[in-house]
Amino acid sequence: MKKLLIAAVTVAVGLGLGPVGAQEMMKVRLGTEGAYPPFNALDSDGKLIGFDIEIGDALCAAAKLDCEWVVQDWDGMIPGLTSEKYDAILASMSITAERQEVIDFSDAYYQEAAALVAAEGTEFKGSLKDTVAGKIVGAQSGTTHENYAKDKFGDVAEIKSYDTVEQAHLDLTTGRIDFFTDGAIAVTGGFLETDLGKGYAFVGETFNDVTYHGDGAGIGVRKGEAELLATFNDAIKAIRESGVYQEISVKHHGFDIFGE
Amino acid sequence: MDLDLLIGSMPKLLDGALMTLFLTAVSVCLGFVLAIPVALAKLSPRYWLRLPAGGFIYLFRGTPLLIQLFLIYYGLGQFRETLESFGVWWFFRDAIKCALLVLILNTAAYTGEIFRGAIAGVASGQIEAGRALGMSWFTQTRRIILPQALRIGWPAYTNEVVFLMQATSLVSLVTVTELFRAADAIAIRTFRIYEMYLTVAAMYLVISYGIIFVFGRIERHLMRHRAPATQPGIHKRALAILSR
Amino acid sequence: MDQLLRLGGFGNELAAGFLLNISVGAGALVVALTFGLGGAALKLSPSRILNFAGFIYTTLVRGIPELVLIIVLYFGVPRLAQTIIRPFIEGYRLDFDPVATAVLVIGLIYGAFMTEVLRGAFLSVPKGQLEAARAFGMSTRQTFWRVHMPQMWRFALPGIGNVWMVLIKATALVSVVGLQDILFWSGRAGQSLREPFKFYLAAAAAFLLITFISERIIALAEARSQRGVRKLKA
Repeated sequence: MKKLLIAAVTVAVGLGLGPVGAQEMMKVRLGTEGAYPPFNALDSDGKLIGFDIEIGDALCAAAKLDCEWVVQDWDGMIPGLTSEKYDAILASMSITAERQEVIDFSDAYYQEAAALVAAEGTEFKGSLKDTVAGKIVGAQSGTTHENYAKDKFGDVAEIKSYDTVEQAHLDLTTGRIDFFTDGAIAVTGGFLETDLGKGYAFVGETFNDVTYHGDGAGIGVRKGEAELLATFNDAIKAIRESGVYQEISVKHHGFDIFGE
Repeated sequence: MDLDLLIGSMPKLLDGALMTLFLTAVSVCLGFVLAIPVALAKLSPRYWLRLPAGGFIYLFRGTPLLIQLFLIYYGLGQFRETLESFGVWWFFRDAIKCALLVLILNTAAYTGEIFRGAIAGVASGQIEAGRALGMSWFTQTRRIILPQALRIGWPAYTNEVVFLMQATSLVSLVTVTELFRAADAIAIRTFRIYEMYLTVAAMYLVISYGIIFVFGRIERHLMRHRAPATQPGIHKRALAILSR
Repeated sequence: MDQLLRLGGFGNELAAGFLLNISVGAGALVVALTFGLGGAALKLSPSRILNFAGFIYTTLVRGIPELVLIIVLYFGVPRLAQTIIRPFIEGYRLDFDPVATAVLVIGLIYGAFMTEVLRGAFLSVPKGQLEAARAFGMSTRQTFWRVHMPQMWRFALPGIGNVWMVLIKATALVSVVGLQDILFWSGRAGQSLREPFKFYLAAAAAFLLITFISERIIALAEARSQRGVRKLKA
């Protein structure tokens, strides 16, 4: 009996029951994937690194927020937000109409086009659809790129979904998939410019379809959190003005990816 | 609960269910075929049969299925060139074949252990009678031991098959589109997470019940030489097994 | 450790991840025992409603794959708790620790398996013991706590051991909901260093180790629990 009581109490305490009162510095938990280099990744010490992380830290500093990062698999990114595992998503999530039905987004903090990647020398046959016809295209599940691939060439090519982009990179290099589609900047920094990506390149030009790829990457918050949203938007403007944003962007990508 | 969503997603879910059933059926059949030799080997007095069989069972029962799947699919992908030089890359390239390989080996290990116990449980008097009649080891095994072991091990085997069917949901993590991934894909796209998962949970429940029902029928057939009136109705027993 | 096993800098993470699996497993075992006792009580109860409740619990858990259960419960339970508590306390934010949630969810799932083990164990205690307790004038409560339950554990031990063996392997699934266990780190390390085989093998070896140790401990515990019990002479 005593054992049960101790167990029950342990579980309750572990659940961290306790009200969160108003504090001087508002505590905000940021959810990110940690598997999307060069935007967010985990180094070998388990620390989060990448563009998104540094932007997030900079925004928090500018807005005087006490921020904490939470790692979450991509598939569970939005459910994690709505079940309050964290308060904002800062994981290069594109602002799409579909997502806006469930969560709210801040202003975009960068713009990015999509790209198709394959082994160097793969022929671009005039259109994306013709190029991939009869082949296998990989994309990360739950992304705008997956939706685009499924809708635009799902009828002529096989679309394979992966939990992380790194798994897709591996399968691309072992030939299980012939093409891979993802954000142009992400796939460049996270794959093409790495050892694994040697011998692979863009096929054709980068492309962008707003209905699918959305209107840039934004910070996701739960619906109804107008104050938090405003805080982030102000912070984005602040780090743009102060030049901190440009600094971080050039450090990771070599240029300012904010877009228009 | 959005009925439109349910009706709209049914085709994809049924496709997924078909894949689940396909994976289950193939793994059950080939796994069973592999399990019997494994069980017999583990019971053999010859150490060079017993130890490898024991090792095989230990490896596949001692590690999580998910790790086995990742090891074969992503792990072996690392050795693409080596596999190509042996002419087997075409097999490991395909996610479904990799998944089937792992499922078959995994269930063979668990089933092998079940039937090892069952074979050992066959009344020794039966075996002695067989020997007295001059039957060879092979004939004894085929005519006496295996049929009886099948009866003894059947309830535990039913459990294993249900578990195998549920385990096929894990192959969604190595890019195979079965029932779970089909539901997952729709859930992510439409954000109706709970509706889709609840629907798919219900479908798994139905399939589990179906398997227990079918296997219960087979058990009735296997036990037909016993007093029929002592066994409760088949639905009642199926429910009892599920809820246990 | 890293250099010894050539784990490319991820050695500490893998070890920490493995520790996570073990702690989630241990915590979940306790929770499973709790739910198991509850479930067994429901199923042994003379009340039809309580029986039915126990039936629903075990049927749902046994009929649905763990993967589906873990994902649904991991996100659904906190959500449900919030919906219930919200009306009572304004702006209350429940900080649901991921590890605690995982322990709760896995414990809930394996509590259903534990229910059957414990139910069988309760039924295995010789009726004579309970009758003797009653004859001595013990109340139902006293009979349960002093005679029935202590003896039940001896019969439950093999079953609990079996549930543990399945449970500890199921902890590998917490990587699917993003917990940083050994499988999570094997995946990330393997992808990072382009050596998935080595790292998944390491994870498999870790589980084999825990399986081996568990089997030994269970065998010891079973032997110890049998002391004082008269054995059948062959």
